[in-house]
Amino acid sequence: MALFEAKNLRKRFGARVVLENISLSVEEGSVHGIMGPNGAGKTTCFHVLTGHHAPDGGTITFDGQDITGKKPYQIARMGISRSFQIMNLFDDTVVIENVILALPEFRDSGLNPVKDVFGNKALVDKALSVLDQVGLSHRAWEKAEALPYGERRALEIAVALAPEPRIVFLDEPTSGLGTEATQALAKLIQELRSRYTIVLIEHDMRFLFQLADRISVIHWGQVVTENTPAKLQENKWVARSALGEVA
Amino acid sequence: MSDAKMITLSDIPAKGGSPLTLAMGVFLAALATAPWWLPAVGLYQYLGIEVAIWLIFALGFNLLFGYIGLHSFGHGAYLGVGAYAFGLFQQEVAVSLWGGLVAAIAASLVAGALVASFISHRRGIYYALMTIAFGQIFWFCAIKLHSITGGEDGLLGIPRPDLNLGPISVSLADNTSLYWFVAVVLGLVALGLWRLANAPLGRVCQAIRQNEMRASFVGYNVWWIKWIAFTASAGIAGLAGGLFAMAQESAYPDVMALHQSGLIVMMVLVGGGLVSFWGPILGVILYFVARDVIGGITETWLLWFGLMFVIMVMVRPEGLAGVIHVIRTRIGMAPAARATHTKEA
Repeated sequence: MALFEAKNLRKRFGARVVLENISLSVEEGSVHGIMGPNGAGKTTCFHVLTGHHAPDGGTITFDGQDITGKKPYQIARMGISRSFQIMNLFDDTVVIENVILALPEFRDSGLNPVKDVFGNKALVDKALSVLDQVGLSHRAWEKAEALPYGERRALEIAVALAPEPRIVFLDEPTSGLGTEATQALAKLIQELRSRYTIVLIEHDMRFLFQLADRISVIHWGQVVTENTPAKLQENKWVARSALGEVA
Repeated sequence: MSDAKMITLSDIPAKGGSPLTLAMGVFLAALATAPWWLPAVGLYQYLGIEVAIWLIFALGFNLLFGYIGLHSFGHGAYLGVGAYAFGLFQQEVAVSLWGGLVAAIAASLVAGALVASFISHRRGIYYALMTIAFGQIFWFCAIKLHSITGGEDGLLGIPRPDLNLGPISVSLADNTSLYWFVAVVLGLVALGLWRLANAPLGRVCQAIRQNEMRASFVGYNVWWIKWIAFTASAGIAGLAGGLFAMAQESAYPDVMALHQSGLIVMMVLVGGGLVSFWGPILGVILYFVARDVIGGITETWLLWFGLMFVIMVMVRPEGLAGVIHVIRTRIGMAPAARATHTKEA
């Protein structure tokens, strides 16, 4: 049984149909890619899958539970985490606090009015270990907004990993990154794939084809095809639209 | 200084752990010695009561305004609800200090909870406008419900009940006794709010101020936390209102008027509530000093205070606390960052 499944998702904004009968199935432990041209509906699809927008139709199930229409905080608490295409961090605070805020141990005591935050060594150590996974532990005590762009991208991923999710949605993680930083990110995701199920929207086809086990191609708000990277490169439609050009 | 980078609450971090900091020590010492130094500097005892009550109001207001970043321009309403509840309890139920204060807090909590239920899904300009609208509703009710509130005259002759602590009974009829009582309440409120600001709830409030969407996607029920912050802030305003009614021995609609709500915003901004826990305290003190000292020189003191507000917003929008932080940074006396402190620990 798939860990995460969406069936016949529909979403429209006014008269504009953005998603039309989107179906996705993500196996546990896999990296599932989503690709498509600009305006195809990829990010809207992520927004619907992670609760930011309620779908107009269709169902979403996670580990057998129906999560359709649930709010983002409810979905996050079930073990579904995400990063954003446009950077979404707690910029005024230090890097480590971005991660601490997302730790389940902290979140579960989140309404405690008196417990100390930074005096809790276990919490700080755990946050440091999450930052270590993305190579940011040496920046832990710096302000988030002061980090260079590439490291802010890495922090986005650290915040997504901190809640110990079962599935992570990464929305264009290479957006704005140079070649070196993109390669470093590819290496990081290769390391993470053994521990997390990952769903990845990506424009960088080389990046996506080297990482994904399966890829769904979205166009005009519909999944036009889904297959392994190797098979997709043989697909005439994908080849014709230049989406499969990885060389 | 105008070219210096804007600082935030996270740039003047609290150290976490114990609230026994130098700033807290100075604040509590100033409170504990006010009955001696106030007359010595040419001021009067009642001013101490007034300042202490507004400090309670301002600290509670800044939980909402500075920490969670929700801009309420109708918070005078909850000060007024507390004042009326205290007065009505004394006049209609029983002359009791604790009963009156519980009634004041409870009434403003209920009013705040009700309003928060309608506005917590918003932020920004719509949130601010809705707080004004609800504030005006409370003010209008205070004027029109004549049989309950006394209309435009308000409730007059509210007694100052004795402080009963078991077998001990202390009269609060004179201003010095009342000051001691209000000062103790203020000390407790300051300690409690300081601790809250550095506890998980306070950190989550700050996270919501910075990025509501991210807070939601890491698992926080943002609506609920905004609701809690507004309701708690209204409850503290109600406590201040109850004390205000006791100090003034009356409760009247003017307390709930729009300009009172604007005043608390101005005090908190000028003091630096957006960047420091202590900002509201500086702002309230500055306002009352301006009123009594500049007001002793010229009737147009509010014009000068307003001008100072404009200059402050233009030059250093972080307020007095921001100015102090910049000066301390330049002379190498800025407090150690919270993070560094923790690492060393």
